[in-house]
Amino acid sequence: MSIWEYANPKKFMQTSAWALPWVTGLAVVALVGGLIWGFFFTPDDYKQGSTVKIIYIHVPSAMMAINAWVMMLVASLIWIIRRHHVSALAAKAAAPIGMTMTLIALFTGAIWGQPMWGTWWAWDPRLTSFLILFLFYLGYIALWEAIDDPDTAADLTSVLCLVGSVFALLSRYAVNFWNQGLHQEASLSMDAEENVADVFWYPLLVCIAGFVLLFVTLVLIRTRTEIRSRRLKALEARERMA
Amino acid sequence: MMPDLGKYAGTVLSAYGVTLALLAALVLLSLWRGARVKRALEAQERRMGRGNG
Amino acid sequence: MIALLLRDLRLAIRAGGGFGLGLAFFLIVTVLVPFGVGPEGGTLAKIAPGILWVGALLACLLSLDRIFALDFEDGSLDLLATAPIPLEAVVTMKAAAHWLTTGLPLVVAAPVFGVLLNLQGEGFFWLTVSLALGTPALSVIGTFGAALTVGLKRGGLLLSLLVLPLYVPTLIFGAETVRRGTEGMETGAPLMLLAGITAASVALLPFASAAAIRVNLR
Repeated sequence: MSIWEYANPKKFMQTSAWALPWVTGLAVVALVGGLIWGFFFTPDDYKQGSTVKIIYIHVPSAMMAINAWVMMLVASLIWIIRRHHVSALAAKAAAPIGMTMTLIALFTGAIWGQPMWGTWWAWDPRLTSFLILFLFYLGYIALWEAIDDPDTAADLTSVLCLVGSVFALLSRYAVNFWNQGLHQEASLSMDAEENVADVFWYPLLVCIAGFVLLFVTLVLIRTRTEIRSRRLKALEARERMA
Repeated sequence: MMPDLGKYAGTVLSAYGVTLALLAALVLLSLWRGARVKRALEAQERRMGRGNG
Repeated sequence: MIALLLRDLRLAIRAGGGFGLGLAFFLIVTVLVPFGVGPEGGTLAKIAPGILWVGALLACLLSLDRIFALDFEDGSLDLLATAPIPLEAVVTMKAAAHWLTTGLPLVVAAPVFGVLLNLQGEGFFWLTVSLALGTPALSVIGTFGAALTVGLKRGGLLLSLLVLPLYVPTLIFGAETVRRGTEGMETGAPLMLLAGITAASVALLPFASAAAIRVNLR
């Protein structure tokens, strides 16, 4: 066993055990506070009525869906370059969270689209990109599940994450291109950040912070689980050898 | 207590409902699996003796 | 390298399976679609570019798991990995062999199948051009997917799940070229982007594929 194999996860466990209660507390405060602020104490939009309240979950979850993938990309790079086990496990831990965020963004978008656009689903560039992102998450998680040897799995998923990132970006532009051919300029897309008044903006900021903290909390919890699970497997293997 | 959501009440509430359900499922799954693995690891470590653990 | 390419081609033809299977699958998709959407000519003409591209893509997908599977099973992949030529070149040759046995027949057959779907006028030309430019990318991307899943027992379905999202940009630009071509619009932009994807994939992806194979053979 090299020193990286053993010492670093241990340090991570200690640090995260110390940090976890704080992050969890902050996440709960920001999330509950932001959502209550947004849900109960903001006015309705003159055009969208009360559906404007959906942005407090839709926008943060959409942001986290992308940020989670970016985080996985960075973690994969660290794994490839430094062979840092915690990094690979953190990427694995983040994937289901990112997938859930993508699902939330898609569902809330569809629910919002029903009364606003008159349809649950439109092949709007943003919606389509998120659907593709969801497929990427599915493939990534499936590859992790399919491979038994953890180091092989970490290597292959990292390569997939790198290549997938490039193709996800490509798809984003391709989809933009493709959609212009069908509709004229998509007046459907919701540019929330740009035309949101302050009344909506501040609770939205709190909600975004809440989602970020929730993501960090869950990544910490899930990474700890992954580390324990690997240690468990190593111990079981050692027992069988003995 | 409930704000007046007007004619979009169903829309807004279902969006929040779906989100909270998905997030709750994610959190509970994470915690459940975390607790299970932790228990299994502790049992294993006890069985093998704490000597080299 | 040429020897390797010839060997793969001979194997593909002799083993039967892979060579004609993709074409037959493509034909069946093309035949089934009118049953699904109805025989009305206008509708078929409208969806023909998309159907032909999706059909070609699926036919390509079908034979991907054969790229490395046989060599992995009988151990010749290990030999190739230790051979004096770089693994990147081996992977490129594998992709080339796959394209020659699967992609090229599709390119040749697609205009014929286009008749079945009532493809219009200029469409035949643009279909051939876009497939000729796009299918190499499908083969190279598919080789990457096959390299990722080479050691797995039930890799086939996973391979499709991994590769299909990667095919999205190629499909979009390819089908868009044909669609614009049939409507007499300018096709330069999507065709250039399609060529760009192919060029970049051929240049860069073999490195990723070779890396994946090295991990799988470790």
